[in-house]
Amino acid sequence: MVIGLQHYLILSAILFSIGLYGVLAKRNAVIILMCIELMLNAVNITLVAFSRYVVPAMLTGQVFAIFVIVVAAAEAAVGLAIILAIYRGFEDIDVSKIDLLKW
Amino acid sequence: MNLALFIPEITLLVIAAIVILLDLFIEQKRWLAQVSISGLVIAGGVTIAMWGGSYPAIFNNMLAVDNFAIFFKMLFLGIAFLVILSSTDYVSKFSKFQGEYYALVLLATLGMMLMAATTNLIAIYIALELTSISLYALVGFLKDKKSTEASLKYLLLGAVASAVLLYGMALIFGFTGKTQLGEIAQVIQSLPPMTLLASPGLLLGIVLLVAGFGFKIAAVPFQMWVPDVYEGAPTPITAYLSVASKAAGFAVILRVFFSAFGLPVWLSLNWGLIFAALAAISMTVGNIIAIPQANIKRMLGYSSIAQAGYLMVGLAAMGMASAENILGQSGVLFFLASYAFTNMGAFIAIIAISNKLNSDLIEDYSGMGKRAPLLALALTLCLISLIGMPPAAGFMAKFYIFNAAIQNGLLWLVIIAVINSVVSAYYYLRVVKVMWLGEAASAEKVPSSGALRLALLLCCIGVLLLGVIPGYAIRLAQLAANIFAY
Repeated sequence: MVIGLQHYLILSAILFSIGLYGVLAKRNAVIILMCIELMLNAVNITLVAFSRYVVPAMLTGQVFAIFVIVVAAAEAAVGLAIILAIYRGFEDIDVSKIDLLKW
Repeated sequence: MNLALFIPEITLLVIAAIVILLDLFIEQKRWLAQVSISGLVIAGGVTIAMWGGSYPAIFNNMLAVDNFAIFFKMLFLGIAFLVILSSTDYVSKFSKFQGEYYALVLLATLGMMLMAATTNLIAIYIALELTSISLYALVGFLKDKKSTEASLKYLLLGAVASAVLLYGMALIFGFTGKTQLGEIAQVIQSLPPMTLLASPGLLLGIVLLVAGFGFKIAAVPFQMWVPDVYEGAPTPITAYLSVASKAAGFAVILRVFFSAFGLPVWLSLNWGLIFAALAAISMTVGNIIAIPQANIKRMLGYSSIAQAGYLMVGLAAMGMASAENILGQSGVLFFLASYAFTNMGAFIAIIAISNKLNSDLIEDYSGMGKRAPLLALALTLCLISLIGMPPAAGFMAKFYIFNAAIQNGLLWLVIIAVINSVVSAYYYLRVVKVMWLGEAASAEKVPSSGALRLALLLCCIGVLLLGVIPGYAIRLAQLAANIFAY
């Protein structure tokens, strides 16, 4: 069997969906953050696969993926800092217990 | 490449770094605000000088320097100016990290300016994240329980929205092989319609883009974060979020959807209809849930969802319109400018009142007309403008945008919008009634600083000017929207 573009796309779609499921179903804020990283990495696979098969002469997708990785790192840093602040205030990072703001 | 065209952005970046460094050395923290404001003034001056010229795009065609970008840059710089003026009192209560506060506001502004100028998917993503990450930190700046909770909610939902947006961008890139908006448009137009329909990748990509940007502009059903974040964030940042972040989202939507997916006609009709549906839902949901709110920041949060709905009426009109008709686009620009003055004004009045009361509950505004007549008058003017009644700016803005929608056959949407405006009058006027007719809890006056009063005065002048003599601003909006006519 030859591994082609659609295999990569299916893999990334599955990873993206697992990440999205995790964001919706998990309660621990750190695990939600990990699931978001999974979604971003699924996008990276899509980008690189498209770049390899659609425009093999250029590296657009790879460059895009590198930018996504850098921004994801920055986002994770800010995210973990906010989770630390949450832990100081609530002594818990279970998102279902962080519910001061609601109507 | 001409680096001179990038001076406003470089100025903001340098000033942000200077503010952080100065914070380490100086004792008199109020200088930080003045340095930030001087940076904004310099950047604003250079930007205004660029208006009207035709310049080549810079950074390998990644950043356009056209009237559209310059219009939004002036808007963002103006809003940041008002935000910093109105935060000086608020920030002086912090014992530490005042420099970071101003620097983050400047960096978020820089991100928004880039968002309005980029013509490349990669650059759009980076500019959007520069804005968002700065705002996540700003929302949690108070470090109390509510503020950190708001910041966590904003971060988690915002990160998911940007992942969805990114997936959409990846699909569009995969389908066309390009990331430059103009080149994407060429590829799409060269394909026969059957190929487009046979492979749903591009259409799915467009839908995911709508979802990702919909989060930024707070459209239903991507609005869950709005009320919580608006209530928990420091009030100047709430004002900033509700005005600038929304405007930046609309700037990107206008540019992406018009430059990349403006043609063929059937495609633009389809995304026009998506925006029409989102507009109808956003207006209705925002206005109805705003009615029972007791906290004024939360109420304005729902009201901003409804305002995003009115703005999307303009987007829908733009999707339906032919290419020569730029009424929809210029209507959106004019609405954004008038909404910026109006909502900033309302929030500045709220900042002044809550500095004294330490409360954002509407019932505590009782008798404010006697305790602080000028503040109450300004807040009343802004609320009237939000309803869309003359002589305030909101009336002209709504008139203009609904006119564009009717010309493009969206009468049903305008009828929904007008009914919604009437509903919204109820909860806006409730605040006015409490302020002027309620009994005052105490006879104490509500003091406010000079900076706050100046900011509020500027906003009220803006609201009245745009409402009474809108011709000049409409002309500016039309010149800015001209890049879309071809």
